[in-house]
Amino acid sequence: MSTFHFELVAPERILYSGEVESVGLPAAEGDMTVLAGHAPVMATLKTGFLVIAEPGSADKRVLVQGGFADIGPKGATVLAERALFSEELTVDELDREIARARSVADAMEDGAEKEDALAAIVRLEDAKATLRA
Amino acid sequence: MASLKDLRNRIASVKATQKITKAMQMVAAAKLRRAQLAAEAARPYATRMASVLANLAASVGGDADLPRMLTGTGDDKTHLLVVCTAERGLCGAFNSSIARLAREHANSLLAEGKTIKIICVGKKGHDILRRTFAKQIIEFVDLREFRNVGYEQADMVGRKVIERFAAGEFDVATLFYSRFRSVIAQIPTAQQLIPAQVAGEAGAEAGGGGAIYEYEPSQNAILDQLLPRNLTVQIFTGLLENAASEQGARMSAMDSATRNAGEMIKKQTLIYNRTRQAQITKELIEIISGAEAL
Repeated sequence: MSTFHFELVAPERILYSGEVESVGLPAAEGDMTVLAGHAPVMATLKTGFLVIAEPGSADKRVLVQGGFADIGPKGATVLAERALFSEELTVDELDREIARARSVADAMEDGAEKEDALAAIVRLEDAKATLRA
Repeated sequence: MASLKDLRNRIASVKATQKITKAMQMVAAAKLRRAQLAAEAARPYATRMASVLANLAASVGGDADLPRMLTGTGDDKTHLLVVCTAERGLCGAFNSSIARLAREHANSLLAEGKTIKIICVGKKGHDILRRTFAKQIIEFVDLREFRNVGYEQADMVGRKVIERFAAGEFDVATLFYSRFRSVIAQIPTAQQLIPAQVAGEAGAEAGGGGAIYEYEPSQNAILDQLLPRNLTVQIFTGLLENAASEQGARMSAMDSATRNAGEMIKKQTLIYNRTRQAQITKELIEIISGAEAL
């Protein structure tokens, strides 16, 4: 299977950079999977898991909370403000993230934004449930 | 003429000061390395963000209902100055040069009859600007409790700016910080935040290379999300550059302080030895002339 270059960049540093077979993205309008030679797309991300498939090793899962995906002819880049690799993810850490997300949501006024924030919390809770299982 | 004891005390005190400045220099050198690494590590995100934005801006060009953060309010009556400085002094002209740039900028805006508002990030800049612009300072962000600036602090500042912009409190926002060139050169810089400045061809080239993009959900929705983040990233970059500049400035300031102390010790020791010899000679003359008189 052909590969392409993928980068996951957080404000503080580059979290992942390498050749991958596919990347699953939690795009704002539904999950999508990017393979080599994908048409150029720019998409916003919601809270969810990135699934990075490297050739010859197990998939890496990364929890991102919002961000952007820039899929160009040369490769794909995800800009994520908060990203946690699932191997490093613990229930405690998720609890902290949920508490943080909740405090952000509580501070918001009712509206589409708040609904998005609440939906993000639900997805974080889901992530916690899968982690426990 | 100072007595020998006075001279000895003076030398001892200068030596003690020299030890402190030397220690501060070494601490600053270590911190500078870390700050530089942090600034470098943060660069990819900022450049990617800029190229994504440049791509987007190039493709939406001419659309009427673009977000106001990109196009501006169509007015430039009220200016917001976000002045980032250090929390500590003893770093040469670092704080005062940023404050000076901000003050010049503010004065020229005032001379044009514009209204200014100032947000101070960092205690030192606040202390300096408070003297001249006490009424214009609308907020003071204290970062003393954070040992290293992180994205969260930048986010906090960014949120404040965006909230005020959304409330229509200002038309143009400018960020002031010091760009880190080298240990001896830090350049105070003014950078326009709102309306967002889009990188030119360089940014577009680094990005998709003119590919036709699909947008999900839509260009405007992405811009709406991207612009506030871009603002935060610029503040974050500014804070990191500032951190590196501060340590660099402190390092060179402490280096010259250590050198000055060394020179002073040399001079004082010379005076001390001369005085001591003069006294011995005087005593000898007294003894000899006393013996001759017998």
